[in-house]
Amino acid sequence: MSTTNAPAAEAAPLFGKKQKRIFLDPFIDNNPITIQILGVCSALAVTVRLDKAIVMAIAVTVVTACSNVVISMLRNYIPPSIRIIVQLSVIASMVIVVDQFLQAYLFDLSKELSVFIGLIITNCILMGRAEAFAMANKPWDSFLDGLGNGLGYGIVLVVVAIIRELLGSGKFFGMKLVPQALYDFGYQDMGLMVLAPGAFIVLGLLVWAQRTWTGYHEEA
Amino acid sequence: MEALLSLAVKSMFVENILLSLFLGMCSFLAVSKKVDTAIGLGVAVVFVLGLTAPLNWALHEFLLKKGALGVLSPSLAEVDLSFLNFIMFIATIAAAVQLVEMVLDRFSPALYNALGIFLPLIAVNCAILGGSLLMVERDYNFAESVVFGFSAGGGWAMAIIAMSAIRYKLRYSNIPVGLRGLGITMIMTGLMSIAFMAFSGIKLG
Repeated sequence: MSTTNAPAAEAAPLFGKKQKRIFLDPFIDNNPITIQILGVCSALAVTVRLDKAIVMAIAVTVVTACSNVVISMLRNYIPPSIRIIVQLSVIASMVIVVDQFLQAYLFDLSKELSVFIGLIITNCILMGRAEAFAMANKPWDSFLDGLGNGLGYGIVLVVVAIIRELLGSGKFFGMKLVPQALYDFGYQDMGLMVLAPGAFIVLGLLVWAQRTWTGYHEEA
Repeated sequence: MEALLSLAVKSMFVENILLSLFLGMCSFLAVSKKVDTAIGLGVAVVFVLGLTAPLNWALHEFLLKKGALGVLSPSLAEVDLSFLNFIMFIATIAAAVQLVEMVLDRFSPALYNALGIFLPLIAVNCAILGGSLLMVERDYNFAESVVFGFSAGGGWAMAIIAMSAIRYKLRYSNIPVGLRGLGITMIMTGLMSIAFMAFSGIKLG
């Protein structure tokens, strides 16, 4: 792909039709979680509360975009036999930066996210995009691809988090949303939503809804 | 001894690394279509997790922990290298996977052929790195890290083998089109997770 585009590189617009597609595709049509099945682990673990989900989404977006750019710039110098370890070290360095940043400015949240910030390293989205896109495309396109995939991942995280927080503890962003009158009437928070099974089931149903909407399906 | 047994039960059933901590979902979803491949990957994960948890424990304890370098000279007693945990752990894991692959290839070609394709996959399985990071966070000692590594891996293997058996059965059922594949697998995993919650409260010793 990179060779066929190389002569036109100077004339290519900074944000043309192709770039727009690269950026917007991962939002719905090629969403990293629901269609590509990448990065599911953290999507489940950090979605108990909305603020955790948003911090995680931003962290992943930053790391994906930056590591895609670096790997794309290095792509012609990486020998194929050791490319996995090179990609891993680029990604790990980015994650260390993000982790240190969170510890400095958002200490409480970084404690609550605990190992899941470190686990961005093995988040399949990063390796998947590095391998499938950044190794074959120019830095700017790779940046957009990383940004788009990070945000597409973020959308799913936020939706799952809103559902789980609202049903699980009746809150939205830490604010009580379900009125007290409803509780007096006999309404109860759904304890299951806060626990692990709730995450699996909400994401499963979300995948169903999303795939019915886009018409994507797999043979199983 | 009792404490170790309790830890083993806890990390295998009560806090199953996949069903309650969500680690290793990607390979769980991708490789749980057939029972025999699920067994192959499960065994490989037990092996690698049991190997890398103590290795990373030693690395953290003697090199990266705050004050660990104080042995060399008192002026280094305040050095805290634990921010390097991520990159050192992932390097250890990648190297261990490579090593296991070479050893198996040399001494047990049959097992190598059975596990062969799965070994490289394991380097980027979050259950492995997650196991090491959890071990550091929970301050395990050496014996605990060995037990934790093997039993967490065992719990993961158990979950993926059970899931592959369920998916085998699901092939004959009439599932709504959009739910096929990922959707129904997630919901089944949720139900398995509910079942495993029945173990919570079990405590030995």
